[in-house]
Amino acid sequence: MQQISLLLASLPDGILLGFVYGVAAMGLTLIWGVMNVINLSHGPIIALGMFGTYLIFFKLGLNPYLGLFLVAPLGLLLGILIYVVAVHRVINAPHLSSLLATFSVNMIIIGLGTAAFTTSPYNVDFNMGSVSLGSTTLLGTRLIAALAAVIATGSLYLFLYRTRPGKYIRAVANNRSAAELMGIPSSRILALSFGLGTMLAAISGALIATFFPFSILSGGGYELKSFVIGVLGGLGNPVGALIGGLTLGVLEAVIPAFMETSWVPVIEFGLFILVLLVRPNGLFGAKQ
Amino acid sequence: MKNFQKYIGIIIPLLVIAGLLLYPAITGKAAARETAFTILKAIALASSLNILLGYTGYVSFGHIVFFGFGGYVGFYLLSTQGMSLWISILAGGLSSGILAFLLGKAILRLRGAYFALATIGVNEAMRAFINNFDLFGGPTGITLNFKAYLAYGGAAKALEMSFYVVGALAVLAIILSYIIRTSKFGLGLLAIRENEDAAEVMGVFAPDAKTWAYVLSAIIPGMIGVLFFFKNGNVEPHDAFPLHASIELLVMVMLGGQGTVLGPILGAFAYQGMRGYLVTSDFFKDIQLSVSGALLLIIVLFIPAGAIGWLRQRNAILRRVLA
Repeated sequence: MQQISLLLASLPDGILLGFVYGVAAMGLTLIWGVMNVINLSHGPIIALGMFGTYLIFFKLGLNPYLGLFLVAPLGLLLGILIYVVAVHRVINAPHLSSLLATFSVNMIIIGLGTAAFTTSPYNVDFNMGSVSLGSTTLLGTRLIAALAAVIATGSLYLFLYRTRPGKYIRAVANNRSAAELMGIPSSRILALSFGLGTMLAAISGALIATFFPFSILSGGGYELKSFVIGVLGGLGNPVGALIGGLTLGVLEAVIPAFMETSWVPVIEFGLFILVLLVRPNGLFGAKQ
Repeated sequence: MKNFQKYIGIIIPLLVIAGLLLYPAITGKAAARETAFTILKAIALASSLNILLGYTGYVSFGHIVFFGFGGYVGFYLLSTQGMSLWISILAGGLSSGILAFLLGKAILRLRGAYFALATIGVNEAMRAFINNFDLFGGPTGITLNFKAYLAYGGAAKALEMSFYVVGALAVLAIILSYIIRTSKFGLGLLAIRENEDAAEVMGVFAPDAKTWAYVLSAIIPGMIGVLFFFKNGNVEPHDAFPLHASIELLVMVMLGGQGTVLGPILGAFAYQGMRGYLVTSDFFKDIQLSVSGALLLIIVLFIPAGAIGWLRQRNAILRRVLA
């Protein structure tokens, strides 16, 4: 009985968090789906998004949610820059090259970030009140973050399916050489896709910063979560990423009701390996 | 002379190790031995990784899991069961090999980036599991009773001995790497690297060959793990499975040249040397990670074959000399 009340208290929180995880994973999975590159600089970009919220809130005195409109375009530009400098040359090379190229970007960002912010934890004290639903209390910041995550997903969907550049992205993901023959500037589209992926990472970081403490190194944990989610939902499948994010959020809420919290990562990564082995295209059937 | 030319591919690497082993005795400084220990450890680990990465073409992002797991098993036998260091080292290597065999049967079916992701998952799952495993001390790990060093003539003697043992393990790793490189088995691995499907058609039984390459690349890291934790006197999950150390190993192999015997040695040397310089330099110490990252990026983008690979491509004589 006690477990059930614990579950009722933590489950809604887990679901709300799951939406935000989903956005982070969507950034990773979009890049993989379009160009078969695993972006190992994903974590530090999430961390940069967190510091974006911090700087906007404390230095500019803006509301963090308004700040999203600043973090998002900066994330997009950073991604395009990373693509042009580090990824474009190795896009057709073996996987090791693109993995190491994006990892070197990871090292560069962490190094500069450590010099600028040190590795000590930061906190954005931002209160949006809370909503009580029976025995559970939902924090306002998490509700808004989940809402923002849903809006970001919806906009991405509309962009990919209703606009011309979005259709270009899907065409390039489908078959790059054929898309090029149809007159689509594939290099520019790849850069745009990479930028969109990092933009989503930065947005998720900016949202997470409103309710968890963070440091320049905390992106790494969310990067690993994004891998798990991406594989659960099927790498290359944005909607699957959202479902995978919700799954992970629910797992994180449910597991502590039955065993110690420290078992959560064992189960997460065990599930990750299992899904990779049994259904590498994801539980929710990615398009191949 | 003819024999000399035939075996020069192994003679040069062994001379490098001999030089490293003599270096502390020549300079007579204790700090020199620490530096040489770190480089020898890196050489042994990078050469082992090279068997899988360079010869077989499978990118393992979590190779340090064998270092940590073997180290944990051996260190447990050493500290809690009171076994001798030698048996513990063998047990560490054996347990890593068995782990690699079982894992290899499962995850080597995955190719490319999927395999790389799975190895990251294995490392993280293992770290999280050991964190919860009470027999191995959970999150606080295991500490060695100081008395254990007495059997090896006290702490100072034990430290000196660990240095020569790591040298021996590095030699073992290099000889293993050389034997595989020049054997028929190694040729099969190289064929898998170039084109796995074609290799199978030509009669290489890829699943077995890959599994054995994985096992052979896991044994020495497990042994090094035991020795390293013996030297440190304790082991914690955090130190045993650092994901960034896995990636440092990849960098070393890439830097020197993947798929060559000398490459990982040179890469380990260069990377540790550069890191030592950057960390201590006044100008770079705050942004040393960024500088390493930028250098790595330049190598990946412009010299993907690594230093030895690049030299081999340029010059026919070097191609014969550098294995």
